[in-house]
Amino acid sequence: MIEFKLPSLGADMDEGTLLEWLVKPGDEVKKGQIVAIVDTSKAAVDVECWQEGTVAGLLVAPQQKVPVGTVLALLLEAGESAADADKYKCEMLAKFSELAQPAAVAPVVAAAPAPTAVPLKKSALAGRRLITPVARKRALELNLDLDIVTGSGPRGAVTLEDVEQAVTKLAQGAAAPNNKQADRQADRQAEMRKAIAAAMSRSKREIPHYYLAEPIPMARALAWLAQENIQRPMAERLLPAVLLLKAVAQALRKYPELNGFYRDGAFQQAVRVNPGVAVSLRQGGLLAPALLDADRKNLAMLMQELGNLVKRTRTGSLKSSELSEATITVTNLGDQGVESVFGVIYPPQVALVGFGRIIDKAWVEGGQVKVQPIVVASLAADHRVSDGHRGALFLAELREQLQQPEALEKISDTNQESEPP
Amino acid sequence: MTENEVQQIALSVLASIAPEVDGEQLQADQPLRKQVDLDSMDWLNFLLGLNEKLRVEIPEADYVRLVTLNDVVKYLVAKLP
Amino acid sequence: MSDNTNNRRISYRAALHDGLREALQQDPRVFLLGEDVGRYGGTYAVSRGLLDEFGPERIRDTPLSELAFVGIGIGAALGGMRPIVEVMTVNFSLLALDQIINTAAIYHHMSGGQFSVPLVIRMSTGAGRQVAAQHSNSFEGWYAHIPGIKILAPATIEDARYILAAALADPDPVLLFEHAALYNVEGELPANETVDIKSAKVRRKGTDVTLITYGGSLPKALQAAEAMAQDNISAEVLDLRVLRPLDTEAIVASVRKCHRAVVIDEGWRSGSLSAEVMARIMEQAFFDLDAPVARVCAEEVPIPYARHLEEAALPQPEKIVAAVKALLGERA
Repeated sequence: MIEFKLPSLGADMDEGTLLEWLVKPGDEVKKGQIVAIVDTSKAAVDVECWQEGTVAGLLVAPQQKVPVGTVLALLLEAGESAADADKYKCEMLAKFSELAQPAAVAPVVAAAPAPTAVPLKKSALAGRRLITPVARKRALELNLDLDIVTGSGPRGAVTLEDVEQAVTKLAQGAAAPNNKQADRQADRQAEMRKAIAAAMSRSKREIPHYYLAEPIPMARALAWLAQENIQRPMAERLLPAVLLLKAVAQALRKYPELNGFYRDGAFQQAVRVNPGVAVSLRQGGLLAPALLDADRKNLAMLMQELGNLVKRTRTGSLKSSELSEATITVTNLGDQGVESVFGVIYPPQVALVGFGRIIDKAWVEGGQVKVQPIVVASLAADHRVSDGHRGALFLAELREQLQQPEALEKISDTNQESEPP
Repeated sequence: MTENEVQQIALSVLASIAPEVDGEQLQADQPLRKQVDLDSMDWLNFLLGLNEKLRVEIPEADYVRLVTLNDVVKYLVAKLP
Repeated sequence: MSDNTNNRRISYRAALHDGLREALQQDPRVFLLGEDVGRYGGTYAVSRGLLDEFGPERIRDTPLSELAFVGIGIGAALGGMRPIVEVMTVNFSLLALDQIINTAAIYHHMSGGQFSVPLVIRMSTGAGRQVAAQHSNSFEGWYAHIPGIKILAPATIEDARYILAAALADPDPVLLFEHAALYNVEGELPANETVDIKSAKVRRKGTDVTLITYGGSLPKALQAAEAMAQDNISAEVLDLRVLRPLDTEAIVASVRKCHRAVVIDEGWRSGSLSAEVMARIMEQAFFDLDAPVARVCAEEVPIPYARHLEEAALPQPEKIVAAVKALLGERA
């Protein structure tokens, strides 16, 4: 039996609201398939399932808010039957009743400080929305989707009256929903603010940041880019941001202590290089979804994925892996016209790379003053994991990478892998 | 196609990227990116949108000439196929 | 006490007395026996004056021996009489359990249908009068467990007046439970001259919740319903009247209408009549429920003597209101 649990889609997420199931019992699920849409406080996220199986049962209904780690669905492994799922469910419930305190009957969803330890108890509680028998019957008669009905009965149960009122409201037409949408938008913004506040406060409370900055000459990179773009159709032109991202990804392969997570008092180096790209949202707030395996993709691929990622971030259709698997954050405030940026690390990541605006500056090279486009790259890093010396070497490496733009175009998979030279 | 028509198209493309923009409020003779919060990706998408709608190829080297909405419109009208 | 005329205001006690007197007048096979029913006029004065009117052959005082005189009643019933046995209170009926359960209730079955036991046993029941744990039990729910007997709980003036005739007309043993707190209650006696011993009756119409009760808890349920009307909660009050066999149809009909139910029972909740009523609702009206069925019962303690403790131990209108409001959620 496979337990499909609500993943953490970021350090600041400890619960999520299931918005929609994209699978139903009986469906086959492939590895990486998007099976549900979950609202974190920041965005609606497409949640992928990383195991293969057949959906045996959906344990959480849409609109339910549940803690991270809650079992959302059970999947049958090859050879298992529906009866196995029922048995498994009974065992889960039995375990729950052993854990449950006599008083804790109501499905109160509390903050989960250690999501992996407790969720069984909560998930069993959260597993079922309370709907009274007559309300369910009436909704069936009216063909009403109970997901849109808010419960007002004992323990928040959906009652007959709630159903009748929902139908009346629906009948009264579409004037109200607009307001509701606006409300929801406002709620979403407030929630996102809260989530950012929580994550950033935690960062500044827990992470001893150190900051380094380095001006990087961009003449070679931009000249190369201009040449490249002349040959490319408009839709395939590259932005300087892509060069910067790729350079960061390459440099990280040499300085892996900046790429990973600080958890439970220790650094865990990430195997993949997934820079999270800070994307500001037009209505306020920001997200930093991951550009997966940036070190293994060529510039054209990265450009395409970046465009796609920004678009989906703004339309709210990110995948869960993109939200949970960033191993470092890259912020590029250059477009807003600032010269440099010193970021706040997004926990549990251990570093953030910032880029300012590319500005023409007087630059001394070979004893001569020249006008050069310069970008200030900065590093905010976790002093528990790395020291300024290594951080400085990383920025120097970043500078070198950007002096060889043609090398960035390559998919340099061979640096670390044990492939024949 | 008149300048006016091209301007309408430009505004509609802009609205699809930055829905909060109010076409009435926009000053056509002032730098566009000072009035509208467009990052380099938004700007690229804006130009791509124009390219799709009007089939005008805009070389990167010309980007610097496109500062105000008026600049954009004049540039496009001149290059209309 | 005088003959009744219809629509006059009398007490529950007087209504019982009038019913008893009428039975003695109308059928020479009817006689009353029990402790203190004759010279003393009955512990609750229900049979006062009957000894003078009907003589010691038909109003018979017995020794303090419940097992014996209930047995006598059974024998007389088998012999063709229509005895009415008064067991002073349900508490003392425990001494006669073997006669009631192992003889009266079963005789029809054991004789292969050859004999019926047309016996009526009256007794007071319930708490609320500071007579302490040994005299405050409500065992009518226990008796309702037994096949072969009918269990009645008259709670209104009308039932007190007319239910005896229906009980006597029944060929099988009938136990009549008179709640001790009701004897002094006064009310209008309606024009109706017969009542059945099959059906439950709606004593107050409502739409939001059904209060299902009987006997001494009926006035409390009606009070609670009245109080809730102030808060725009419309409670229907269903008087079970007959505890065995239960009028399941009436229960289900009311629950189907109101979608919520609270059972009020002075018996203890575990294994009680209230539990049986709830079970039937689950069996037959589950899909009409808009909230879990709730109940208000006596606390599971021996009924205390001290007034405030006794009151706290019993169902009260405030407890009923609280139970209803809990079912209504945000609406209450």
